[in-house]
Order: sequence, then C-alpha cells, then structure tokens
Amino acid sequence: MREYRQARWEGDGCLEPLIFELSRPGRIGYTLPKAVEKVNIPKQLLRENLELPEVSEVEVVRHFTRLSQMNYCIDLGMYPLGSCTMKYNPKFLEDLASLETVAYVHPYQAEETVQGALELMYKLEQCLAEISGMARVCLQPSAGAHGEFVSMLITRAYHASRGEQDRRTQVVVPDSAHGTNPASAAMAGYEIVVVPSDLRGRVDLEALREAVSERTAAMMLTNPNTLGLFEDKVLEIVELVHDAGGLLFYDGANLNSILGKSRPGDMGFDIVHFNLHKTFATPHGGGGPGAGPVGVTEELEKFLPVPLVEYDEKRDRYYLDYDRPHSIGRVKAFYGNFGVLVKAYAYILLMGAEGLKEVAEAAVLNANYIMRKLIGTRGYELRHDAKGPCKHEVVFSVTKLKRETGVSAKDVAKRLLDFGIHAPTYYFPPIVEEALMIEPTESESKEELDKFVAAMKRISEEAYKDPEVVRRAPTATAIGRLDEVKASREPILSWRMYKSIGRRHA
Amino acid sequence: MHKLGLIVNPIAGIGGRAGLKGSDGEEIVRKAIELGAGPVAPKRAMEALRGLLAVKSRISLFTYPHEMGEDEAKEVGFSPNVVGKIITGHTTADDTKRAARELRDLGVDLILFAGGDGTARDICEAVGNSVPVVGIPAGVKMHSAVFAVDPSAAAGIIMKFLWGELPLREAEVMDIDEEAYRQGRLSAKLYGYLLTPYEPNLVQGVKEASWMDIERDQQAAIAKYIVEEMKPDVVYILGPGTTTKAVSEELGIQDSTLLGVDLVHNYKLLARDVNERQILRAIEGKSAVIIVSPIGGQGFIFGRGNQQISPEVIRRVGKNNIWVLATPQKLMLTPTFRVDTGDAELDRELRGYIRTITGYRESRMVRVG
Repeated sequence: MREYRQARWEGDGCLEPLIFELSRPGRIGYTLPKAVEKVNIPKQLLRENLELPEVSEVEVVRHFTRLSQMNYCIDLGMYPLGSCTMKYNPKFLEDLASLETVAYVHPYQAEETVQGALELMYKLEQCLAEISGMARVCLQPSAGAHGEFVSMLITRAYHASRGEQDRRTQVVVPDSAHGTNPASAAMAGYEIVVVPSDLRGRVDLEALREAVSERTAAMMLTNPNTLGLFEDKVLEIVELVHDAGGLLFYDGANLNSILGKSRPGDMGFDIVHFNLHKTFATPHGGGGPGAGPVGVTEELEKFLPVPLVEYDEKRDRYYLDYDRPHSIGRVKAFYGNFGVLVKAYAYILLMGAEGLKEVAEAAVLNANYIMRKLIGTRGYELRHDAKGPCKHEVVFSVTKLKRETGVSAKDVAKRLLDFGIHAPTYYFPPIVEEALMIEPTESESKEELDKFVAAMKRISEEAYKDPEVVRRAPTATAIGRLDEVKASREPILSWRMYKSIGRRHA
Repeated sequence: MHKLGLIVNPIAGIGGRAGLKGSDGEEIVRKAIELGAGPVAPKRAMEALRGLLAVKSRISLFTYPHEMGEDEAKEVGFSPNVVGKIITGHTTADDTKRAARELRDLGVDLILFAGGDGTARDICEAVGNSVPVVGIPAGVKMHSAVFAVDPSAAAGIIMKFLWGELPLREAEVMDIDEEAYRQGRLSAKLYGYLLTPYEPNLVQGVKEASWMDIERDQQAAIAKYIVEEMKPDVVYILGPGTTTKAVSEELGIQDSTLLGVDLVHNYKLLARDVNERQILRAIEGKSAVIIVSPIGGQGFIFGRGNQQISPEVIRRVGKNNIWVLATPQKLMLTPTFRVDTGDAELDRELRGYIRTITGYRESRMVRVG
C-alpha cells in the first residue's frame, strides 16, 4: 500500500495565508518605466484606491508554488472521478497552446492573417463530424451545458420551422440523466418529463412509450448512460421518439467509451454535443476553459449558430460564414475557446483513428477490470445486472456497508485520499443509493488500477474492523474534513467578506 | 392448527363515499345512511377471508357474533367459533374492545380486523401490543401502518405469518389530530402501537402529513404550474391533502377543505367537501379533470381518503384526465403508486405508468403497481 502524506504549508497558525495577508507596505514585484506622456483617463474610470497586495516576485512565486503543492492533480495520481473522464493531458498539447501564433492571435484580425487558425477549426470540425457520424459541427459553445442548451435552441428552431413549436413543449430525460440536461432544456423553455430506469439500469421502455406523445419536442439521452451501461435498446428508443415527431439529442459526456466503436449518428441521433475537455484531453478542471461543440444531421444544419468556418475552393481560402438566414444566431462572443480547440485537434491527430479506438478499448477494459476486482468485496454492491460488462465507468452502491458499519460512500471517498488517490464521484447518479461512480480512463496502467483496487478493499476491511478510521478520514491530506454546516451557514466568498468578518481560520 | 381471531367493524367505512371524514359516532353513521351510504367493511372482510379458504382446514377461526364476524365467516364457508355477546344492529367501540380482549385471552395467534383508524385505535386501547394484529383496509381514515394494501394482501400476510416467514414490528396507530384539523392543518396524531407482521411491499407505511418546509416550497411550485395549465369551463376535482390544498391557495381560494374533495370551476371554488353524487352531478355534460396526490407514506392515489372519487367518477372523467401531483420527497417515500378504487377492473386499467407533476413544468413517469 502506498504511504501517502500530502504537503501542508502552515504559517501564523493557519494554512498558507492569503496573498493579501502576505502584503507588506512598500514591497513590490515590478518596475514600471517612467511615464513620458500624460494619459487622460476619464474621471469616472479613475480609482482613488487600488487594493492590490504589495508582495515581491519571490513571495508571489513561493506562495503559489506552496498552494500548488497542496493541490492534487492528474499529474500526481489517478483521478477516477466518474462522468468527468479525467485522463492524462499530454504535454505536447500544452506546448502547442502556448505558441505565440495560438496565444496571441486576435478574433478581430483580418481573415487573411488567420488562415491557419481557421483551417485548424475547419478540420477539427470535420474530425468531430466523422467521429460522431454527424453532418456538420459548430465549435462555438464553450462548455458542456452550453452545448446542451444550444442543442435545445436548435430543437426549438426546428419545430418552429414546422409550425409545431406551440404543441411540442416537452423534453424527455431519463432519471439517470446528468442534472444539466433537464436544466438546459428548462432554460430553453421546455417542460421536463422524467422516465425511470428499469432493473437493468436502462431506460424503461414501457414508461417511455407512455411518456412520448405529440407534445414531445426531444429526448435527451447519454449512451452509455451515467451508470456506465450501454443502452442496448437505443434503436427502439430512437424509433419511439422519432415516430412521435421528436428529435434525439445525444449527450456526449461518455463519448470516451465508444470512440471508433460506435457513433451516435449511426444510432439515429439528430443532435450531438461533445465535451472536448473530457474526451479530448484539453484538460478538465473546475472553472474551465472547456468546449462543448454541437454536431447535427444535414436536416438541422441550417439552424447551427453563426458564424461557421467555410472553405472557398476556388480561392483556396478559409472564411467565416455569417450568411446563414435560419441560424439560431450567436451563442458566444467570437468563435469558441480557441486554445481548447487547438489542443483537441492536436490530440485527435496525435492519436489518429486507430489510437482513438484504442483509447475507448483501454478505457472500457480498465473500468471492467476494476468492476470484476471489486465484485464480492464486503459492503460494495452493483445495483444493476452484474453479468454483463460495463463501459468506461462503473457505479457501485455502498448501501450495505452503510447499513452494517455506518460508513457511507462519502466516507469511503474521503478515505481514498489518504492513499494518494482522488475520490470517485459520489452520490451520483441519484438513482443509486450511496453511489460511488468510478471512471479510471485509459491513462491508468495495471499497476495503478491494482493500487486503487487494493485501497478500496482495505477501506472495506477498515470499515468492518474500525469504522472510525474511515469516518475520520482524510488525515494524510493538507486539509481534513470540512465543517460543511459552518461552510453553508457562514460562507466567506471574497477578501472583502473575510475582512468584514475579521476572523482567521486554520 | 393455528388460531385466528376475526373482528369486523360493520360501520367502518360507511362514511367514505358520502364524504364524511370517518364513521365515528352514531350521529355520523345516521347522516351517512341518510346520504345513501351502505356498509363497506363486511364485504372487505369476506374478500380477505376468501383468500384464506385454501388453508381453511388448518385454521381455527374465532370471532364475535353476527355482523361482527360470524356472518361474514359463515358466508364465505368457514365454521367459526363464536364468542361474546352483542346487540345486533347497534354495535359500538366497546364491543370491538371486548372482542379484542376476549380473542387475545383465548390465545389466538393473530387478530384480523376489518375497519379503519378508529377500529385500530379501539383494538390498541384494548390489547396494546400483546397480540399481533393485521388490518383489512375498510375504514375512511386509514393512516395507521397496520393495514395491508388490500383484502387479498391481508390474506397473504396472514398465511406467511402463520406459517412462520414474517417478523413482527411495532406499527403506528394514528388518527387525525382533531385539534390541528380544526386549525386547518392536516396532522396525523399517534395513538399507540400495535404489533403487526412486516412485509415491506404489502403493508402500508405511516401516513405523514406535510412535515418539511421544503415540501411546502415544492408544493407551491407544483401549484403554480397546475394553475397555469387550468382552462376555463372545465371542472377540476381536487382530492384531499396538502398538495392539492396548495393548488387552491394558489387560486386564492381560502376555504377549500384539507380532508375532503372540492370542485374548482373557472378558477373559483364551485363546491366544497363533496360526495360522489355531487361530483357526478357537477360534471354532467362538462369536461372534467381529477387532481389527486398520493396520500402520505402510502402511495395510494385512489382508495384512501378520497373514495368520493369513485370508479363511476373516474370512468366518466376518463383516465387521460387524471393529474397526479407529488413532490420529489414524497416519491422517495413511495416510488410506486397504488390504486384500490373498489373496482378491480378499473384498478387494472389504471396500472402502468402515469405522468406525475413533481415541480414547476416538471413531471415524472411513475409506475402504478
């Protein structure tokens, strides 16, 4: 078992102080040239006081380096956060993104001066279309939920063009859906109809049959679903919804499991969204930036947002096409998160078609390896039919452990941190009680998977022998259990709030 | 040879279709009969007994005279041992209590009774948890956790218990808190505990009144949606409970009932606390919609506390015009709905999936099992 101890930097009786607290009057980390001309700044834009911390360059570097040491990341170890696809981000992609021609290009530059950028976007679009089996892709949406929302707007435009917008007010989602699905549909003005999953963990067809009607605008589906199971009746589902006149939207969050193996276009989906920060390693982190491109069938192409990148064969140049009268319009300033698009494109070229297929195979193999190894561990159970394989992620229920020892999914997740492994997603999907959602991705070697399995087994033993050890965890990390009640009652969200409260926290 | 005690409360449930909030007291019974009500419990008791015919030769049945069990048992084909004395046609709570005590003292393995919360309360007062009890749901108020889902389920539980498979648990005996009800709050009061065999799927859970503030917010969201969907010139039949009350409140109606069925038409209260006949009269020649919610922890959308919405009413309104309301919390307690309209054919038709409104512009397909 790995002995793990995370760095912990303390100062003045608390964890690494805020940079404002390191401030000392007169300390500076810059030298500015003397002003040659007087600059006229309008009075209303001039600030009297600038509350910037006064610290030297050395102090800034050390402060942020200490913080980074107290941070866990994919570069340190496994990150089995289910549904997030926390795969390793190849350094090659980072190198490309920091090139001057990528970092300093400006969206308002004349088209002739950014032909390379436009070409890259055009070709990325084509790759994504090929991967998903769609006719055309728009790269503008900057996040997954944004892509979902855009897809719903396209759905509205489609039904409006056929005079059915007033009638088709409902969007169907499975109860295993990621919360952003119904939220995005609701934001687009739709009513939500939730259908339950059956005992096999798939969409209950009987319920779906009764849920779908002439009022159905679309169904949002993830395949494989959030339980990591392939919807083996997807063709029937698609037929059911199409027969009722609705569209099928594919949530691409789990695309990593079917790359090169299966395509939503072939399953019959009309609209697809991608999470470049998940599947295409661009990378994935709280706050982004991400990218949520949307792909559609030929019939829906005209509704895509403007502008789209087009290629003029005669003049051999790329250009931004705004002449799209049926488009739903702009969904973001400019054309998409360009830096992210560059990395995604580079990743696709790096892997190639064969490589992407191997990615899916390895991702699925790794998840199944973990599943088989953990089946039979005391306290962990699979809610669905365990005879078949899972796809790229597996969901265990810790209900038995909770009932017999008092140790919950949350406790297990936190104890994993003491072994230097990031926690899996817990309490999602909501249809599984005490859920632990494990997605290893293809990046992990067999040795890393074995370490994870060993840690999970050890935690099960600890729960039955000495549950307090698990419930107290983590203790080997920079920060232990948070007082969540206090955090929700007394949130301190900014420096200003902190100052006004006048309290220090260790 | 197992000894089984049987008590039938012949006036239990008599208030149901007439819209009375129970059958406690002679006054209410007289009123119910005036309104055209007939006895319900004897039929339900016989239905349960029929489910036990298969093991008739291995059960020794003990019961009270005439309509308190003897008649029902003989009608079905049992040869019961009859004990005790009653004045036929004038049975009271005291008779129930005496019966319970006598059957217990005779050493029965279990007491089977047909009645409602009132009957459960009487038995509880008489014998406490000194003998296991199973209730055949036949009353109007059935909040207690001692009732089987329906008469044939009661028979099933008894067989499983007598032949050794089911454990016992303490089940709440509840009834409407009269005090709270007068203040407009639906609150079930705990009266005591009875010992009952436990089979998760077939025994009702305890009826819980609205006990979370979050619940209130969710109900308000549902109510807003419902009111937006309401159309003019349609009669809306609002079932009992706090969720449907939220709908009336959203409409600005102050004096709708909590426990009864009210009618709303053109966004105003058309009639309050109606019975089956009044409903049928009101919807004559009009479009109508039934709005109900599963009552508390039981999951019943028809058959518990809203018997005024009878099979006749449901058939006239039409299956497609039933709106079921349930907050997500309630669905966690009862993920499956149940129906017990009294018409087995209709119950069968209602089974499947029904779209249940769970929030503002949000609904879920819930199984009716």
